[in-house]
Amino acid sequence: MADGNEFQLNPTSKLDELEKGPWPSFIKGFKETFRRTGNTMIRGALDQLNYSYETKMGYWKGGVVGVHGYGAGIISRYSMISDLFPEAKEFHTVRIQPAPGLHYSTDKLRELLDLWEKYGSGLVNMHGQSGNLQMIGISQDNVQEFFDEINKKGWDLGGAGACVRTSASCVGPARCEMACYDNLKVHHDLLTYFSDLVHRPQLPYKIKMKFSGCPNDCTNAIQRSDFAYIGTWRDDIKVDTTELANYFESKGLDYIVNNVVTRCPTNAITLAGNTIEINNKECVRCMHCINVLPKALSPGDDRGISILVGGKGHLKVGNMLGAMMVPFIKADTEEDMEKLQDMMDEFVDYWAENALDHERIGEFIERIGMHQFLEDMGMEATLDMVSHPRDNPYFKAGHDHDPLKNIQQAAG
Amino acid sequence: MAKREWDTIESGPPDHMQMLHPVMVKNYGKWKYHERPRPGVLKHTAESGDVIYTVRAGTERQDTVDIIRRFCDLADKYAGGYLRWTVRNNVEFMTDSWESVEGLIKELEALGHPIGGTGPSVSAIAHTQGWLHCDIPATDASGVAKSIMDIVHDEFISEEMPNRVKLSTSCCEINCGGQADIAVIIQHTRPPRINHEALHAGICELPSTVARCPVAAIRPTTVDGKPSLMVVEEKCIYCGACFGACPGMEINHPDYSKLAIWVGGKNSNARTKPANMKLVCHGLPNNPPRWPEVGDVVKRILAAYKEGGRDWERMGEWIDRIGWKRFFEETGLTFDMYMIDNYRHARQSFNQSAHVRF
Repeated sequence: MADGNEFQLNPTSKLDELEKGPWPSFIKGFKETFRRTGNTMIRGALDQLNYSYETKMGYWKGGVVGVHGYGAGIISRYSMISDLFPEAKEFHTVRIQPAPGLHYSTDKLRELLDLWEKYGSGLVNMHGQSGNLQMIGISQDNVQEFFDEINKKGWDLGGAGACVRTSASCVGPARCEMACYDNLKVHHDLLTYFSDLVHRPQLPYKIKMKFSGCPNDCTNAIQRSDFAYIGTWRDDIKVDTTELANYFESKGLDYIVNNVVTRCPTNAITLAGNTIEINNKECVRCMHCINVLPKALSPGDDRGISILVGGKGHLKVGNMLGAMMVPFIKADTEEDMEKLQDMMDEFVDYWAENALDHERIGEFIERIGMHQFLEDMGMEATLDMVSHPRDNPYFKAGHDHDPLKNIQQAAG
Repeated sequence: MAKREWDTIESGPPDHMQMLHPVMVKNYGKWKYHERPRPGVLKHTAESGDVIYTVRAGTERQDTVDIIRRFCDLADKYAGGYLRWTVRNNVEFMTDSWESVEGLIKELEALGHPIGGTGPSVSAIAHTQGWLHCDIPATDASGVAKSIMDIVHDEFISEEMPNRVKLSTSCCEINCGGQADIAVIIQHTRPPRINHEALHAGICELPSTVARCPVAAIRPTTVDGKPSLMVVEEKCIYCGACFGACPGMEINHPDYSKLAIWVGGKNSNARTKPANMKLVCHGLPNNPPRWPEVGDVVKRILAAYKEGGRDWERMGEWIDRIGWKRFFEETGLTFDMYMIDNYRHARQSFNQSAHVRF
């Protein structure tokens, strides 16, 4: 230890290498805060991290630390080598739900930082991959008091374990012209509605929801979440013909052809003299042309949400992307929100009752099959759910199915 | 501890409307279009004619109260007391005055925060917790991210790529870093070493550890007369899923835990559907504090993409056009048998056609 001087760091030759270079250095930051506050937990964490860099192994283990009434939100971390580095013997994380879209006012954020400096290490993670504001490094003795103090200021804990997890949203209608629904409000209302499931693990495994204002999917919802809420529209792309003409003028015909017309994934755009024509029946709402010509093109007015279900990370069956389950649902009124909540309740309840331990909803649907899932959920099969009808010949349909009935009805 | 007198309010996430610049409140949901006046700066124009500028800067991501307070100081001085973060850990300040944009750029750069990450640039790395804070990592994340961002710093502050480039790193095969144009992920190359002593001590539930294995390689057995587990080494795919369920399944190793590089992941629906990334390099040494071998491969891939990609082509779309053979030629990487999928649905990735590039 450092001669009893609490403001002096121990040698960390490996980590010091990370102070070099043009990108902001987290090691420099940690050292700065230790030198100012003398919080020995930071020194302990640096010492242990440097030891990890020397031995190429990690030394944290989990445990159980929580706050009164909740079963989640605190990630406990105990050092396995506290005999070597006793200053970071306990180094727990507090997961806090930020406002949707990761928007902050400085007065609310400063309140949090002041309390964190009082009760914790002063190290902050902005943000965790699920969207939590993560305060890293606090001892068990301080956890309850810290939570009570921040809870008084309007902050609540996030999810961990077999819970509804803290959610993430893009910047949304607060600053983006492409946002097709108020994803910040839907995020806020749904996560508040599911508070009990956020705070008390009682599910087969985690559920993540993410809210992207448009199909550009800036929150990576389709890949990262069990329920991806992607803003979309049903009517035609809006065209500002003056601005479109300006783009032709400023960008030139080659650019428009090579970057707009030929890049449309369904060839829904054709060149028509000095302008373009969009066949909206063929448009799949990919956003590309709107991204390239944001002044001239914008999403239509009949806006809502597409919900994709089943996205998840690698373990245990490999990466899965979410698949279209609800092609369009409105989210404008309080009535729409209630419908959305009821639908989510049905999804979650059905999965929670029937899934295996540690089985995400995507894996669950794959195991029981889409037929069973749709039947049990009372959902109608639609072509939006698949890339194409099946090519696998092994299927069973009921003997009472009459393929001519619908054709005759259509003809008659 | 003193007697607790506070009753928890299960408030959920705070109200975002209290956290927005007044111009953003006024024009909420009524934005018309945006432009990028320079790398790292966005200009959004509302239907009302109001304008809001955004200055985006790179951060440490593993931050401190001091770093965030400095951001708060800048937000108070230039951005009406409001700020936000992006999902790739960049900080954003919004203001309606160009003078404030210039002031922010000057002060952020003086503090060492690069201005960029907009448009066709290389944005900051989405990364995990690593040795700093995770209980199952085989490498660090923040250190790898810092080392790579040092190398690609110039591509963060400019907009010279064909399209945007998203990077991620992950310190176990769970891949919390996520799908990205280029991802650096831990790859174990040996089966777990079983700590029978720990298993005997009841450190974990044996049946749920057996159930966690994606290839059914874990079986119950008896060791020294007590229940334990064994791994069928021929079946084991070294994924480390069991280690998450049971710390006695010791998968991490200073030499045998290596790094693999994956490319072509895409989250956006623009043009092509979202896509998973593909393996292009494996067996790189886990070499702290700077991971130079990883940095070199990332640099090669970025250089080839920058040179060959056309406007608006993401990494995966560029490779789809030129073909994987040319991708390997142009990056100097080597394709091998292990890059052919051998798991469920592998056939979907086989070339079921006569299409070959000679």
